[in-house]
Amino acid sequence: MSRVEGYGRVDRGRTVTVTVDGTAYTGHPGDTLASVLLAHDARPLDTSIKYGRPRGIGAAWVEDPTGLVQIEEPFPEPMVLASTVEITDGLVARGVDGQGRLSQVADVARYDHRHVHCDVLVVGAGPAGLTAARRAAREGLDVVLVDDRPEPGGTLTGTETIDGRPSREFVADVVAELAALPTVTHLQRTTAFGHHDDGLVLALERRTRGASRQRVHRIRAARVVIAAGAIERPIVFEDDDRPGVMLAASARDFLHRHGVLAGREVVVCTSDDAAYAAAVDLLDAAAAVRVLDARSRVPEVWARRCAERGIEVSAGTQVRGTRGDDRVTAALVGEERHEVPCDLLLVSGGWNPTVHLFTHVGGRLTWDPALGAFRPGTPLPGVEVVGAADGVFDLAGCLRQAGGPDAPHADEEPGEPTMVLWRTAGDPARQFVDLQRDATVADIARAVGAGMRSVEHVKRYTTIGTAHDQGKTSGIVASGITAELLGRPIEDLGTTTFRPPYTPVAFAALAGRARGDLYDPVRTTPIHDRHVAAGAEFEDVGQWKRARHYPRVGEDMTAAVLRECAAVRTSVGVMDGSTLGKIDVRGPDAAVLLDRLYTNVMSSLKVGRVRYGVMCGNDGMVLDDGTVLRLADDRFLVTTTTGNAAAVLDRMEEWLQTEWPDLRVRLTSVTEQLAIVAVAGPRSRDVVGAVFADVDVTNEAFGFMSWQDTALDGVPVRLARISFSGELAFEVSVGSWYAAAVWDRLLEAGRPYGITPYGTETMHVLRAEKGYPIIGQDTDGTVTPHDLGLGWAVSRKKPDFLGKRSFARPQNQDPRRKQLVSLLPVDAATKLPEGSQIVDLAEDGRLPAPPVPMLGHVTSSYHSAALARPFALALVKGGRERIGEVVGVPVAGELVAAQIGDTVLVDPEGARRDG
Amino acid sequence: MSTASPGTAPGAALPEHPDALWRDAAPKRSYDVVIVGGGGHGLATAHYLAKLGITDVAVVEKGWLAGGNMARNTTLIRSNYLWDESAGIYEHALKLWEGLEEDLGYPILFSQRGVLNLAHTEQDVRDSVRRVEANKLNGIDAEWLDPDEVAKVCPIVNVSDDIRYPVQGATFQPRAGIAKHDYVAWGFARRASDAGVDIIQDCEVTGFVTEGDRVTGVRTTRGDIGCGTVALCAAGHTSVLLDMLGVPAPLQSHPLQALVSELLEPVHPTIVMSNAVHVYVSQAHKGELVMGAGVDTYNGYGQRGAFHIIERQMAAAVELFPVFARAHLLRSWAGVVDVTPDASPIVGRTPYDNVFLNCGWGTGGFKATPGIGWAFADTVAHGRPHPLIAPFGLDRFVTGALVDEHGAAAVAH
Amino acid sequence: MQLIACPWCGPREELEFSYGGQAHVAYPSDPAALTDEQWARFVFFRDNPKGPFAERWAHSAGCRRWFTAVRDTRTHRFLSVGPLAASGSGATS
Repeated sequence: MSRVEGYGRVDRGRTVTVTVDGTAYTGHPGDTLASVLLAHDARPLDTSIKYGRPRGIGAAWVEDPTGLVQIEEPFPEPMVLASTVEITDGLVARGVDGQGRLSQVADVARYDHRHVHCDVLVVGAGPAGLTAARRAAREGLDVVLVDDRPEPGGTLTGTETIDGRPSREFVADVVAELAALPTVTHLQRTTAFGHHDDGLVLALERRTRGASRQRVHRIRAARVVIAAGAIERPIVFEDDDRPGVMLAASARDFLHRHGVLAGREVVVCTSDDAAYAAAVDLLDAAAAVRVLDARSRVPEVWARRCAERGIEVSAGTQVRGTRGDDRVTAALVGEERHEVPCDLLLVSGGWNPTVHLFTHVGGRLTWDPALGAFRPGTPLPGVEVVGAADGVFDLAGCLRQAGGPDAPHADEEPGEPTMVLWRTAGDPARQFVDLQRDATVADIARAVGAGMRSVEHVKRYTTIGTAHDQGKTSGIVASGITAELLGRPIEDLGTTTFRPPYTPVAFAALAGRARGDLYDPVRTTPIHDRHVAAGAEFEDVGQWKRARHYPRVGEDMTAAVLRECAAVRTSVGVMDGSTLGKIDVRGPDAAVLLDRLYTNVMSSLKVGRVRYGVMCGNDGMVLDDGTVLRLADDRFLVTTTTGNAAAVLDRMEEWLQTEWPDLRVRLTSVTEQLAIVAVAGPRSRDVVGAVFADVDVTNEAFGFMSWQDTALDGVPVRLARISFSGELAFEVSVGSWYAAAVWDRLLEAGRPYGITPYGTETMHVLRAEKGYPIIGQDTDGTVTPHDLGLGWAVSRKKPDFLGKRSFARPQNQDPRRKQLVSLLPVDAATKLPEGSQIVDLAEDGRLPAPPVPMLGHVTSSYHSAALARPFALALVKGGRERIGEVVGVPVAGELVAAQIGDTVLVDPEGARRDG
Repeated sequence: MSTASPGTAPGAALPEHPDALWRDAAPKRSYDVVIVGGGGHGLATAHYLAKLGITDVAVVEKGWLAGGNMARNTTLIRSNYLWDESAGIYEHALKLWEGLEEDLGYPILFSQRGVLNLAHTEQDVRDSVRRVEANKLNGIDAEWLDPDEVAKVCPIVNVSDDIRYPVQGATFQPRAGIAKHDYVAWGFARRASDAGVDIIQDCEVTGFVTEGDRVTGVRTTRGDIGCGTVALCAAGHTSVLLDMLGVPAPLQSHPLQALVSELLEPVHPTIVMSNAVHVYVSQAHKGELVMGAGVDTYNGYGQRGAFHIIERQMAAAVELFPVFARAHLLRSWAGVVDVTPDASPIVGRTPYDNVFLNCGWGTGGFKATPGIGWAFADTVAHGRPHPLIAPFGLDRFVTGALVDEHGAAAVAH
Repeated sequence: MQLIACPWCGPREELEFSYGGQAHVAYPSDPAALTDEQWARFVFFRDNPKGPFAERWAHSAGCRRWFTAVRDTRTHRFLSVGPLAASGSGATS
């Protein structure tokens, strides 16, 4: 046991038991897995990825490149750092040999997102961050303060002196002051992991209570203050990867946070001042300590403190290597590689400002030779970097920089400058740079030798910096060593790019609640409940759930659809068409606008009449179709296909606003406001006539492609003679609120005729029998109105409309363009799979070896009740010229013969529809 | 499946690189061919030019070799495109991929593990069957799988009905795969360099010297370089070059983002793409999940995209692969893709007799690398478009003979 | 994800907006008079500069109004926004 009495902020009154690699360990609330393992002098956690060398805890927080564990209980989580896992009872973990393991069962934990807006976001609750937050809060600003550790204070141990008092009191005071202000939100365990434009910072909160496990805060701040601190830099030497080699400040951290002494016999090797604090603190906690300072000048203050404690300090002395098996047993010191026994070798090669959030938004770094580090360069608007993140490594300086006029005070500590020491002399093949990737100085040398000159190439060649820690400790060291090998200054090489996220974030946390039904909104019609009650099967059409068919007991879809089709063709059916896009087009120039948007003329449409219309893109390809009702001289109601409703409205707005702003027209979506029920079949007149008794539904009074307004119990209703089935049909439009009631009335009135609800599948069959195309199914963005046989809907009179000019291109004149035709399988039995390709039918009736030239493909295919056979629609090269010819359709390796025909297969004269 | 088999330490199996890869050359006064762009396409073109005996070639790269989209893509390789024209070039590429390791004498970790393109709606199913049938008739391996068969190929895909857009089935191309992008670039560079091609990094093209309808020199940050023929392989930056030449092209450059997870034990044996929910994912050799997102909507050369696209993609990933819930996003980045109106590349002649253009690959550039390198080298060598790329000339936008891969195939990337 | 300053609504999240590509590409006054090349140029060809770019944007999930902006495509940042010109800011699709 390496617990030290009197140290640490863990709750020693309570015990928590965890299991790591099969061994049970006890710790206390406030411990991390790493501190527990160190407290128990546990065996190495795992072995390295390439060479199988032992790996242990190398640092106390997110910078640790080695202490990776797999969490097994309470729920598997791959690859997390032991140093960041707060222990809870029953936690089971194991070391990771390189790959994490995903759970085989779904994660039931919840994750959510929260949007936050504030004046100032402060990232980091160390001395600089706390001071900056307090300053902003005192100015009355809305402040959010986030910090990734469980508790505030950053690297403060609690024993420093700020404003004449122990720093733990300073921290407590600031936290209390912030907590008392309603304008301040202070979140610990919250990692700002990504910084984006205009002050958008994403922060992941690891929640200890509440319904969700983790929460992503999307913080939009007018000003972002980055007080993220700095990461200590290792020095590379031979066998520097042995467990027991640790960053100096981390040993101090384990001592002061957790009361754990990471070693009893300690050697500190350093090239800067900060490591002396670790030496002194560990000695005070009863370790034996010796300091090796690579610099020739030892800082006076620290020399004195060491002398007071009897710590031997060797100036101008470097570590060259280590000895040991599972963990370090000795440091090899100086050129003579003098063996100094130790069980903990602390390393400090200076500090790298944590600049990640600064660079995420394009901040450039500059090499500061005095610091021996890259620090933020030219400031970014709306972004401030303070404290160690800005390269201010002394406490007094941090407080002064962050605090403004009423900055807290700490005494200056005179010191010696850091010496930049990337590596000491030794065998490069045993000098590990990226401990997680097992990449050494020799690997860098090989990369340079192979011709690599850029740090990006070296990274890719050696894989340094690509592991779980994304090179937090290894990246800049690799740049430095590469620079040395190339004989170039490090500032010429720079660093590889820091990319979001700062630390790994679970996929599920980013997904938040956008899963299942919340992944994408589910849109249902106001009649949806009736379809559910009727046992409908639904299909997704865009975001809508549409009733596809209404199977009765024992029916499959084919049987249900045949029954529904027969009902419509012989009696009457009803369909919910409410998902159709509906756009109210109003204004003196409404007709002018529609004339420009549709291929046919809309201005000649009379009030009370309906016209079918086609829209094309500028490229002349069909975009959408639908009906246009003229409601008044200056008002139209336009319908669009279900899937294109939003796109069509957007496009109409775009042209109106950006190209024809002189037109006096207003466009309003009424898709949600109006429900539509199609009543189709020879008895539809009886049903509609019965429900709307005051309307004369005779053909003479209410002809095809006309509409009339009426009312039902005082509720306005619009009736239109529109048919997508080829049958006598009415569309009944009513405000959505009343739609279900109208549906019920129609069903009630139709009962004597066996009225049958039908779904989209039946609708598709019925329209296909009539040769009516479905945009998006029978078209694919390469089809013109002429290709569809809709030339009749393309005006020859209008001088221009969108897409017209493209019809004159050479490609559009090609008689071999694909054209919509019907295909009747010669055997009158095979339903050709939709999507099937069409080829010439060879004389032997067999499918030749590839490549086989293709003539087109099957776009729609159904069993027809009316025809008592399967049929299909297809796009076929030069199809209309080939009517009557027999072609081949490969189905499961065999060629099925099918005859090309006209698209209209039922009631070509239209007598049923018009009757 | 739950544990890695012993002895397969990820990374342990990665190849040793040869001692030297390429010479870091300084520009000579002139070359027979100057290739602008040291990415996959430029390097592959150089390699295949060398095989045709043309070695007085410079590849000029403005940054570090293969540091653009080559370094940023998700390394998917497949040829299951709808139209004959696309299938032709991509299938040619796939055949070359199948022998590339041998050709280059360099490990590229080409792993043919198959690709599933998921269908989520009835229309997806129609489009998928259409593409499968077209692939078969073009001699490309393709199958249509129902949801149960999808689950057999990739057991971690959620094929149940309890997701927002349930999986209705998938197309499957078994020969599709992944490769290690950097190694591909380095392998091409090494062979080209060995053959005498000069690879010139940190050499940005700043203009062209023209005489009538010929370009006689390329102006660079490292001086003017005379040229017999110019081959443009600059992907997302092609418009910048064409603007210098005064040649208009229907290109728009957009950010395209991608990301990786930490290393994970093998869970994902194939590649899965879903256009409807905008996600594609494979598990790379060392074990990381590699995922691509949708293209950012607006033009941008900034090599970064909007994070909400990543969030949306994560939602789609967890929806389709519930086991990914606690995988971690380790790193995200973006490339700059040049997209065309019909989602097909533009390759062929320019108004300058001795300047050939290769661009507009959008999200398809990596998979085409050896195929386009081969066909473009042939084009440059013979001064006319190779038949495989002839359909992709600039003139198609005038005639209307587009090769529209977004409407029908609906599978970019 | 940026904040985009809608000229009518003020700064709003990028998610609320949709992109309309290059601005000021007017629809030809007489398409029939154009050659196929000229027509193709209008339909398919747009500038793609690396640097400041005059564009059209729509505040689709807000006021639904279109506006013009100058944005630097290197940084993706908006340099200015403004209402549409009186006419002919160029619909494209």
